[in-house]
Amino acid sequence: MRIVVCIKQVIDPEVPPSEFRIDPQKKEAVQGRANLVISTFDECALEVALQVKDKVPETTVTALTFGPKSAEEALRKALAMRADEAVRVDTDRTGRMDPAGVAQVLASTIQKIGGADVVLFGREGADFDSAQVGQMTAEALEMPLITLATEMEAVDKGIRARRHGDDGWSVVEAPTPVALTITNAPVNVPRIPKVKDVMQAHRKPITTMTLDELGIDPAILSEAAPVEMEELFIPEVNNQVTIIEGETPEEKAEKLAQAILALKVL
Amino acid sequence: MPNVVALVFAPAGQLPASAFELLGAGSRIAAAENVPLVAALVGSSLNDLPKQLLAHGAVEVYTVEDGLLETFQPDLYLLAAEQAVQAAQPQTVLLLHDGVGAELGPRLGARLKGGVVTDVIEIVTEGGVRYRRPVYGGKAMATYAVRRSPAVVTIRVRSQEPAPEQGNAEGPIHPVAVTLDPQAAKVKVVERIEEEEQEGVKLEDARVIVSGGRGLGKAENFQALKELADVLGAGMAASRAAVDAGWVPYAMQVGQTGKMVAPDLYIAVGISGASQHLAGITGSKHVVAINKDSEAPIFKRAELGVVDDYSKVLPVLTQKLKELLGK
Ligand SMILES: Cc1cc2nc3c(=O)[nH]c(=O)nc-3n(C[C@H](O)[C@H](O)[C@H](O)COP(=O)(O)OP(=O)(O)OC[C@H]3O[C@@H](n4cnc5c(N)ncnc54)[C@H](O)[C@@H]3O)c2cc1C
Repeated sequence: MRIVVCIKQVIDPEVPPSEFRIDPQKKEAVQGRANLVISTFDECALEVALQVKDKVPETTVTALTFGPKSAEEALRKALAMRADEAVRVDTDRTGRMDPAGVAQVLASTIQKIGGADVVLFGREGADFDSAQVGQMTAEALEMPLITLATEMEAVDKGIRARRHGDDGWSVVEAPTPVALTITNAPVNVPRIPKVKDVMQAHRKPITTMTLDELGIDPAILSEAAPVEMEELFIPEVNNQVTIIEGETPEEKAEKLAQAILALKVL
Repeated sequence: MPNVVALVFAPAGQLPASAFELLGAGSRIAAAENVPLVAALVGSSLNDLPKQLLAHGAVEVYTVEDGLLETFQPDLYLLAAEQAVQAAQPQTVLLLHDGVGAELGPRLGARLKGGVVTDVIEIVTEGGVRYRRPVYGGKAMATYAVRRSPAVVTIRVRSQEPAPEQGNAEGPIHPVAVTLDPQAAKVKVVERIEEEEQEGVKLEDARVIVSGGRGLGKAENFQALKELADVLGAGMAASRAAVDAGWVPYAMQVGQTGKMVAPDLYIAVGISGASQHLAGITGSKHVVAINKDSEAPIFKRAELGVVDDYSKVLPVLTQKLKELLGK
């Protein structure tokens, strides 16, 4: 079984609001001192794929990214986690790329590298939180889709997954080829690569492709995209917190109880 | 004639609780664009549901009703939705950004070759309709314009005023003939798992919520939180870090990728207040934080705060509130 995991490199989403900056002209976040990381749920998706491989060693896990040269670091991390192959489609664009265009790029790449039995995505990117690329890539590849899955296993002619829907948890099955979007759970907390594997990952090849080779016009990513982001801004917050003072934690707790009662909502 | 189409899913004859919010959003877009608001209703056992949509501002309703739509099945729902929406001649299609809408909206948008905007919380109508939504985990906001019709837009649950009931429930109801092939259903539910939900209060409806984060240190320490919850008759929630650690079930996760809650009182214990967590509590009236770090971002959202070790604060707080409330 070949599993392709689509991963994106993003500015660390855990940067606290106090350090978060944007460039309103370019309409994107400024990296500043923050690290570039694999988008949170994409890394969970890698973990889900690698667990299938742990059980069924013939599984091939391919990490695929569409991004600039720096995104090779994301692929190296995936290889260090012991993905088998890495593919990058090159772009020098930063900032928002239209999800419909990205889906076309990913779908074309997957077809070009010989298709996949399973394509995994994070439930949403940890930058724009759009939650569109997985759905639209599945559509382009005409695959059934399971969203918000936390784990999967290979079964006869298909896969079985656990997912969380509006009505709670269920176990679902689908025939391959199939696409899944992955959400977080204790079972898919990403593994930490071994030092040895990190070193080896640096010697593994990364296949690079261009949009030209895929026959894709880069204009679909912005100028000719169906949706335009017109404005990006940081909303103002005016919040005054009252910190309860006291000599001891117990004193603070007693005063807090009084203050909570004074809110008159209990 | 192009329409604003509110696409509503009703498996087993149940309208989602936020269906009228969708019509509320739809009526504002329809007024701004000067086009009619219609509804597309997809599900089973629809009975008087089309009339309810008419009574809340839709001027026409297009229905796809089929026994195969008794429970949500993505492949069949997508086929049915596409047909219903096409019949309704969309200029704009609105769906709720719940699990089903978030899954089907982008696929539908791709099928209709339109422009998709997800998880919208604000509709801007001056000088043309624009859609506003949080990005970067709620640390920024973005405004989007759709350049290719139809716009397919998913609307965050509880972000919009619901459409009021208008009394007059007259209007055409158009059943759309769709032949659904059971073979088209690729994704099959083989087992439903009973939610490990906390007994008692449902988080989405809770008036008071106590919530724990990584700062609690281990699963057993949620017991102290439970004691406070019991005194307050509160629902219990958690941050993603506590869920990923395996201390509490995902059903308790509050935030952008968990539940959206709107209690009168939200008590955050050992939670740093990451923007993605705060995204889930925007509707809370009063936020109280207990955190040992005075620089924690939660204090930028909280109204009342205690800076200290929660394990020393919580038992006394619980005891004192118990006394004050006469329990
Ligand atoms: C795309 C995306 C979606 C996300 N969705 C969600 C979501 O839905 N919900 C969510 O919660 N998170 C979400 N996150 C994760 C989020 O960014 C944070 O990582 C998470 O909320 C942190 O949880 P925490 O506050 O419990 O842990 P931490 O950030 O580690 O904070 C722990 C806090 O506990 C305090 N503390 C430690 N010990 C004590 C003590 N003894 N007494 C008092 N205080 C103490 C510390 O000072 C600290 O502030 C998401 C992230 C991404 C990228």
